[in-house]
Formats: sequence, C-alpha cells, structure tokens
Amino acid sequence: MIIEVEGKSGLASMYGSPAFTYDEVTLAAADDATGRAEVRARTLTPDEALIEYLEDSNMGRISKRLMSSGALDMVSTAVPGIRDILVLGKIKQMEREGLADLLILDAPAAGHAITFLQSASGLADAVRLGPINAQAKDVLGLLGDPDRCQVVLVTLPEETPVNELVETAYQLEDRVGVSLGPVVVNGLYPPLPGLDVAPKVAAGQAGASLRPGEADALATAAQFRRDRMELQAEQVARLAEALPLPQLHLPYLFDAELGPPQLDELAVAMLAGVGALP
Amino acid sequence: MSVAPGLIDLVTTSRIIICSGSGGVGKTTSAAVIAMEAAAQGRRTVVVTIDPAKRLADALGLGGDGIGNTPKRIEGPWGGELWAVMLDTKSTFDDLVTTYSSESDQAERILANRFYKNISGALSGTQEYMAMEKLYELHNDEGFDLVVVDTPPSRNALDFLDAPKRLTRFLDHRLYRVLMAPTRGVMKAVNVAAQAFVRQVSKVVGAEVFEDAITFFQAFDGMEAGFKDRAEKVLDLLTSPASSYVLVASPKRDTVAEAKYFAEKLAEADIPIAALIVNRMHPHFTDEFPEALRERASHFEGTDLGGLYRNLADFALVAHREEEHLSGLTEMVDPAPVIRVPFLQSDVHDLTGLALVGDHLFGRV
Repeated sequence: MIIEVEGKSGLASMYGSPAFTYDEVTLAAADDATGRAEVRARTLTPDEALIEYLEDSNMGRISKRLMSSGALDMVSTAVPGIRDILVLGKIKQMEREGLADLLILDAPAAGHAITFLQSASGLADAVRLGPINAQAKDVLGLLGDPDRCQVVLVTLPEETPVNELVETAYQLEDRVGVSLGPVVVNGLYPPLPGLDVAPKVAAGQAGASLRPGEADALATAAQFRRDRMELQAEQVARLAEALPLPQLHLPYLFDAELGPPQLDELAVAMLAGVGALP
Repeated sequence: MSVAPGLIDLVTTSRIIICSGSGGVGKTTSAAVIAMEAAAQGRRTVVVTIDPAKRLADALGLGGDGIGNTPKRIEGPWGGELWAVMLDTKSTFDDLVTTYSSESDQAERILANRFYKNISGALSGTQEYMAMEKLYELHNDEGFDLVVVDTPPSRNALDFLDAPKRLTRFLDHRLYRVLMAPTRGVMKAVNVAAQAFVRQVSKVVGAEVFEDAITFFQAFDGMEAGFKDRAEKVLDLLTSPASSYVLVASPKRDTVAEAKYFAEKLAEADIPIAALIVNRMHPHFTDEFPEALRERASHFEGTDLGGLYRNLADFALVAHREEEHLSGLTEMVDPAPVIRVPFLQSDVHDLTGLALVGDHLFGRV
C-alpha cells in the first residue's frame, strides 16, 4: 500500500487514476498467474487523520465544523509536531493491523522530512503524559526498529540533490535514529555503443551512408550524452564516497512519461539492484 | 530568439517581479538571474530568495551564518546595484510585531511567548505571508527600483495571495476569543461547544499548552487591526499592475500540469502572466522524426552506428514530448513571451553560472 501525505505526487496520473483520496483504491490487481500481489494507494493528511480520531472518540458530530473553523491550526501551533504525529500514528496503527504486507510512505521532501520524522521524539518530550505521549512512544518504537521500518532516500545524479541527500541521511541518523535502507539514484542515462565513435567512421563500418547534416546531429547528440553521463558518474561516485550505503540505480527512460509499463521496467531494474545487494 | 525583448522590457520597466511555480523547476535561479540582468541594465535591484541551495546562497553572499534578512550588496560587473535577501520568516514576523505594538513591553511579551515562537515554524502559510511582507517592505524602500521575489514552493497555487488573509483570520479567530473570554455575553452558546472542544483537546495534549496560547492572545490584543490593515495593503500591491508575474516551469508532464493550474488561478484572479520561463529543456539536435531514427537504430542494431542513431532518437523523442507537454501551456500564457532554457552542463552555483543562464534567458546565445 502506497500512502501519500503531501498533495499530488503524480503517481495517480501515472496509473491514469483520479487523485487519491483517504479511501484506498486498487492501482494494480493481484495476478495469480504471475504471483503478483495487488498494489493499493490512499492519502493520509493530518486533517483527515484528526477527523477520524475525533470520530473514534465520539466527537464526529462536531469534527467537520472544528476543522473548518481552523481548530487544527490552533492546536498545531500550540503543539508543533502534532500534525505529523497524527499521520505517523495512523501509519503505525495500519502497520499493527497488518493492512498490507508492505506500507510505502511517500514522505515529505528533504527539508520537511527531518521535522516530520522527528515529531515523535519532540512530542514524547514535550507532552509527558496521556494519549499523545503514548502515541509518540509507539511511533518511536516503530521508527527505531529496523525490522519494521526503514527509510529509503532517493536522489537524482545531480549536484544539489546529492548534497541534500547526504545532509538528510546524516540528520536522520543523528536526530531520528531511523535505519537507512539502500539509496536510490534515479534517472541515470543508460549506456549505448558507439557514443565515442565519429558518425562517419561508424557509418563506414556498418556499410551505410549518412544523410546531409546527419553526421553533425549524431555527433552533437553523442557528445551531449557522454558529457551528461560523465557528470552523472561523478555524482554517483561522490555520493558513494560521502555515504557508505549501497546504491540502487534506476535508468532514465527516454521512451515516454511514466505509466504502468515504464513502472514495470523500473521495477525490474530495482529488483535487479536489490538482488545484487550484499 | 525573437521572444527575448519581452523579458528585457520587464526587467527594465517593472517595479516588482514575482517568480512563481512548483518546487524544483529553477525558480530561485531564475529570480537571481533576472535580478542580475536588471542590475546590468543600471537598476537598483534587490532579490528575495527563499531557502536557496547552499552553493547558490554562497554565490549570492548569503552563505554561512550571515542569514541575510536585511539586504546584502553583491559586487559585480554591473552598472546598477544588486542586493540579495534570504528570507528569515521569524525575523520578518518579529519586525511586524515590533512595528504594530503600542508600547515596547507589548512587543517583548509577544516575542518571548512560546506559542508565538511556534507560529513562524508550525503555522502553514506564515512563510508565504512573510515573503510577501518582505516584498512590500522592500518595494517601499526608496533605495530600490526593482524587487525580484522567489515564492515558496506551495502545494496550492496561490498560497502567497491567500496567506495574508489566512494569518489575520488566525490571529483574529473566534476560538481565541473563547480562550480569552470564555463566557462573554451573546457568544455564550457558541462558547459552550467550543469549550467542550478545548476541554477535550486539553485532555489529550495537556492544559498547559493552551496557557501559552492564551497569554499570546492577551498580549496580542489590540494589534489585529494593524495586522489586518497591513495584510490588505500587501494584497493590494500583489494584485496591482506594479507586480509582474513570471511563471517558471520545467517541461515534464506533472510540472507543466501544475504550471497550467497556476496560470488558470492567476487568470481567475485577473492577474496577467508577464512571461513564462521553461528551464531544463533537452536540446533539439535534429528535425527528423523520432520514429524514423528509431527504425534506423533498429536496422543497425549492434553496431556503433546503431548506438548513435538510438541516442539521437532518444533525444528527438524527449524533445518532441517536451514540446507536446508545453503546447497547451504556451497557448494559455499567450501573448506573454515564452523563454526556453536548455539543460545546462552543471548546477548553477556561482555568478558565472548565473550569467550563463542569463545569456539563455535574454537571448544572447
């Protein structure tokens, strides 16, 4: 089950599905022939989690009005981190109920990811008793147990994203104490033969003749790809040096924007990477 | 590039340029480049950045501990002036509180309050509002001819327009009146329900957290009018012809979709788009059709020539698709100029890099 916590991620449109809601949808059905299990998705926002919490505590009647009146704004300003703990608490509950074999949280981007995951320890300190404290402690238990929860950091092979990832990784280890899984590097140009061969030479070897202007276009495009691949390789090496975590590499897909067939292709690449992990 | 003069006009005549768009599309870089160009055109320019990547901040002289909530001058080969500000939400808010407090100890009481300290970090929309507040302040500073501002990445397109209203509503909210004067007169019936809620919440989070809130609102009492008045002035400025909006996007499907949504919302608010900048465009190497190139690649599969054709086909496909994604958007912003900036060889993190982007943005390549 995929859980979105921040607006639209583009995942819904990849599956040609309307934007996800608090009620889960099935993105891909189970297929007994191939042994594939189903993939489901839903959203989980603090407002929604609070309404559910209020309904469970017999306050459902006034929950909508309280939300629209900005009550959550007030409470979350008085107690920073409460929005995040509402979401994390709900996820912990879903994990405990065994709603899926694997829950994948599409977490907030770099800057907010730290505060998001740190909310539990902050609240456990700030609110010493009562349900919030209990909730925060349960979430801390989840985050600190590598068998139950890991963070997979994802980046592009570019300078700024790599810098941000390295910084995020160390902060997560220091301040949250959550276990880090492999790092995903997304969008690497796949290698091709002949990129360093002059088009005319390559044509001669293949017994072909080029059209007017074609040699230039082929050469400039090859040069561009070589340069980008070199830069990407530098960033991958820099990441490996800065962060002693295994990497999973995903190719840049030139064919089309992501849809189910492209996701399959990426899944195959991901699984190959996972299979090769030490 | 025939469209370039449009952006030059904007840079030489505007008083305010607001760069908006979704996150990760090069908004901060575009804002910095526009400001640099204006300085080169002889104007006294200040750029307000929000959370720039570290090396870009360094390039703008904003790195290290010198958080620049007040403008810092950047020396360079320009006839005008270039100044940069890195928005510090809390300091900006503090300044507002100091401005609108009637006596100095009112400001002190507010600034020391824990609930108040949480507002800048935890209340959504505060960063957006403070960015616009900073813009207003710099616009009224006679030392500057042009203010260029980078908007925070928002989930909702017009958060920065809604934020002033949102914050004043928050500060003026009935729930606080309830907290402060629990059983006053005609509000009694409402108060009973609200108090039930407060009691419930207190049970969960602890009553002491509301004490800070109550103290804050008591201290804040009387300042709402000043804040509201200021918020209205900021909103007027943002929707006046003095403010030009530059939409920044990248050519990917989802960011174009967000840019379209943004363009729609601006149109609904009767705000014209002055220019569209599309960053990170893949280069256009050939006019041949991707399908034809693919066919040739398959024909020569396994040879170096096959690889070269495959590569050209790859980029032809990407370029084709990017133009397809953009076509609807460029129509929507018509007649605003559309400036396409290619994928650059490396990240922009110094003034030379910014100048290079400037060459693309202003048609000198």
